Amino acid sequence: MNDVLIIGAGVVGCSIARELSVWNLRITVVDKENDVAMGTSKANSGIAHAGFDAHTGTNKAIYNVLGAKMLPELARELDFPYRQNGAFVLCFDESGRPKLQELLEQGIRNGVQGLSILEGDQVRAIEPNVSDKVVAALYAETSGIVSPYEMTIAYAENAAVNGVEFLLDNEVRGIKRVESGFEVTLKDRTLLTKTVINCAGVYADAIYNMVSDKPLFEIVARKGEYCLLDKKCGGLTDKTLFQLPTAMGKGVLVAPTTHGNIIVGPTAEDVPDKDDVDTTFDGLNKAFNTASVSVPSLARRNIITQFAGLRAHADVNDFVIGESDVPCFYNVAGIESPGLTSAPAIAVDVAKAVAEKLHAVKKDNFVAKRKGIPCFAKMSDSERQQLIATNPLYGRIVCRCENVTEGEIVDSIRRPVGARDLDGVKRRTRAGMGRCQMGFCTPRVMEILCRELGMEMTEITKCGKGSHIVVGRTE
Amino acid sequence: MTYRNIVIVGGGPAGLAAATAAYDAGERDIVILEREEMLGGILNQCIHNGFGLHTFKEELTGPEYAARFEQLVYDRGIEYRLGSTVINVSADKVVTYVSEKEGLQKISAKAIVLTCGCRERPRGGINIAGARAAGIFSAGTAQKLVNIDGYMPGKEVVILGSGDIGLIMARRMTFEGAKVKAVVELMPYSSGLNRNIVQCLNDFNIPLMFSHTVVDIKATDGRVSSVVIAAVDERLQPVMSTAQEITCDTLLLSVGLLPENELAGYANVQLSPVTNGAVVDDQMMTDVEGIFECGNVLHVHDLVDYVSEEATHAGKCAAAYVKNGNTATEYVPTCGTNGVRYVVPQKIRKDDNYEQISLRMRVANAFRNVELAVLLDGEKIVSRRRPIVTPGEMETVVLNSELVKRVKQGGKLEVTLLGGTK
Repeated sequence: MNDVLIIGAGVVGCSIARELSVWNLRITVVDKENDVAMGTSKANSGIAHAGFDAHTGTNKAIYNVLGAKMLPELARELDFPYRQNGAFVLCFDESGRPKLQELLEQGIRNGVQGLSILEGDQVRAIEPNVSDKVVAALYAETSGIVSPYEMTIAYAENAAVNGVEFLLDNEVRGIKRVESGFEVTLKDRTLLTKTVINCAGVYADAIYNMVSDKPLFEIVARKGEYCLLDKKCGGLTDKTLFQLPTAMGKGVLVAPTTHGNIIVGPTAEDVPDKDDVDTTFDGLNKAFNTASVSVPSLARRNIITQFAGLRAHADVNDFVIGESDVPCFYNVAGIESPGLTSAPAIAVDVAKAVAEKLHAVKKDNFVAKRKGIPCFAKMSDSERQQLIATNPLYGRIVCRCENVTEGEIVDSIRRPVGARDLDGVKRRTRAGMGRCQMGFCTPRVMEILCRELGMEMTEITKCGKGSHIVVGRTE
Repeated sequence: MTYRNIVIVGGGPAGLAAATAAYDAGERDIVILEREEMLGGILNQCIHNGFGLHTFKEELTGPEYAARFEQLVYDRGIEYRLGSTVINVSADKVVTYVSEKEGLQKISAKAIVLTCGCRERPRGGINIAGARAAGIFSAGTAQKLVNIDGYMPGKEVVILGSGDIGLIMARRMTFEGAKVKAVVELMPYSSGLNRNIVQCLNDFNIPLMFSHTVVDIKATDGRVSSVVIAAVDERLQPVMSTAQEITCDTLLLSVGLLPENELAGYANVQLSPVTNGAVVDDQMMTDVEGIFECGNVLHVHDLVDYVSEEATHAGKCAAAYVKNGNTATEYVPTCGTNGVRYVVPQKIRKDDNYEQISLRMRVANAFRNVELAVLLDGEKIVSRRRPIVTPGEMETVVLNSELVKRVKQGGKLEVTLLGGTK
């Protein structure tokens, strides 16, 4: 019997799992995908928002500000990429100034520190590539950037170290209320659990409606398309550059990533298919052209890849957090932006509520710290020398664009909740994230996955399910 | 830190030829650093024949061609290190590499020859919309999977781009039992060799659709299930009313090769935005004294024979540099005009004592019956008739270096196309 079953291994599910693993509870995380961070958590802007955007008093505003304050320390504790780089909200027109002022005041009401309004020239003095048309900007000193999938993986690994079980590639097919709690039917087994925490992202409404027919909330999948630029453009901006927000969201941004690329996007389009993460011709044009308004020198030829993610937008327009009308069934739904920033704070609150409900006691052997995979590319030469001395596989470069070694790839597979497919290795090590986009390292990474997991080449997938890379032997 | 006269970064065709030539010019302190576990570079996966017609007057496969140059290196006892990836080259010519055996090592070199080759342009570089599914490969990756690893990337294939690797792979996949449904080319002409179009497509009735592109990729269960192609207008924009869906499980991309110049960048070598390779003089020396470049890292070649030829020259010049230091005093710039997209080298040493200077270039468009002319300060000094020039085939003009000495102060050499029809 599980104490807690968490549905969804995105940043919300994994962070809750980790915070719950502080207590002596039997916790399982299930996800339909082959890895953690496979939904919104792998395809978003990766911004640690300061907290001025959300209306004061909403869950979004409260958790954003709390989460933003937790992130710097959390990033050290769990060893994931985070940097406080600051952000501008750019205003291109004198008529936009009142809106900037509103954002500033809202931010102050929300408890955000380090907000100020700068004139266009002051902005360009800091970020010379910003458009001449910018007349003023809101500056948010505490805004940061984070690697969203690495943050999720860090949470998941630490949760696993603390005893949480992960059942991946295991879709929830049904949930039945039983006397002791819930009987949850998965793809390959049935689990009994006292409580359920629904962190199913764009499918959170469907999961909730397995136990209740109340129309508490509906989730709309809102697609955002992005372009990623080569690291050689990393100097285009150090600050995150927003434009004044619209009804559909915070608009298109230009920002550095924690790994030194430039990210451009997202668009915002509601889509009927909750698995539709296809990029579109129009979407990419729109993302790029809109971003070019902020930074006119953006060049298409430097795009190395594009992707799309789905925001789980709740029709109630705020995060839905807490125990539902069905006792012991918790919803953590509609966690769209600023969901990534809010996740650490949401996790603490939800874990506390569930632990109290279950009268749990704290473990005495909780491991709070996690050390990530060594990153050869970011080391000094003497650190590299020491690393290779510990294991010669760190001296064998597999991904030449990002300088990822075989040692790191082996680590990514052997760690708790380790990589099981090419994309899993990519998110954990950056092998294939560079400018050749896995052109050279695909066969090598496949071989390493085969060796480590005892699989055949024909079984290796890009990202689970039917995404096989090769179809058979040559004749 | 160890000290070497010449470090050659890359043991592919360019590196092998450069090493051999440097040795034959009298240099003995040479080391080749190769990241793979064998010499030969990309030739190892090019198991088709057609290599070496110019150099050896016979048709060899890629590995056979490489083996001939490897033998020259073995015969001379030139040192090479395998599994050794160079991770940095500094402007003061310190080469940092790592390997399983040696860990991290630094070599201070008198001369460095960069022969790191090129990579394929990925999907992201051309912004194809659609599913981000398995089954999308650059043609060279598919070639490695088939020829080296022995695995089939798919059964029903569409190829975007008519670069040589794409054409070769159309034939290779067909041999292996796959159905290649179409090769789709954005431009109204192919960027590959004509002989490859004939031997790899026409002989197998594979349709080549010019002025078409892929506008959408569809997937089922994470693997490509079809692609949508459409004709493009004269501005290369897709005409959506012409869209048609082709069922397939694989999309191969052969949409251009990019010189791999990260190391040159670390050493602050000036790069050309046109070739994506270094700016070099006629001795293949970059603007960083003692750093040389040749082969596909300098500019993408059509035939490996020309890579070997260029690299032989670079190796010889690197050896001369080690011996004599930098002798350059005055340069004459070169440029391409009127349809000549680039000229390598970008500058010529006026005091050069090599008798012949090879100017290599590519044209921007296909022309028939055209005159390829070299103008020296506007005066025509060389004229070559060509029945056809195409962007897929490199052109070479050999100059007598005496001619260059006639250039006046501030003058230039211009290669241009005269007459001809598109």
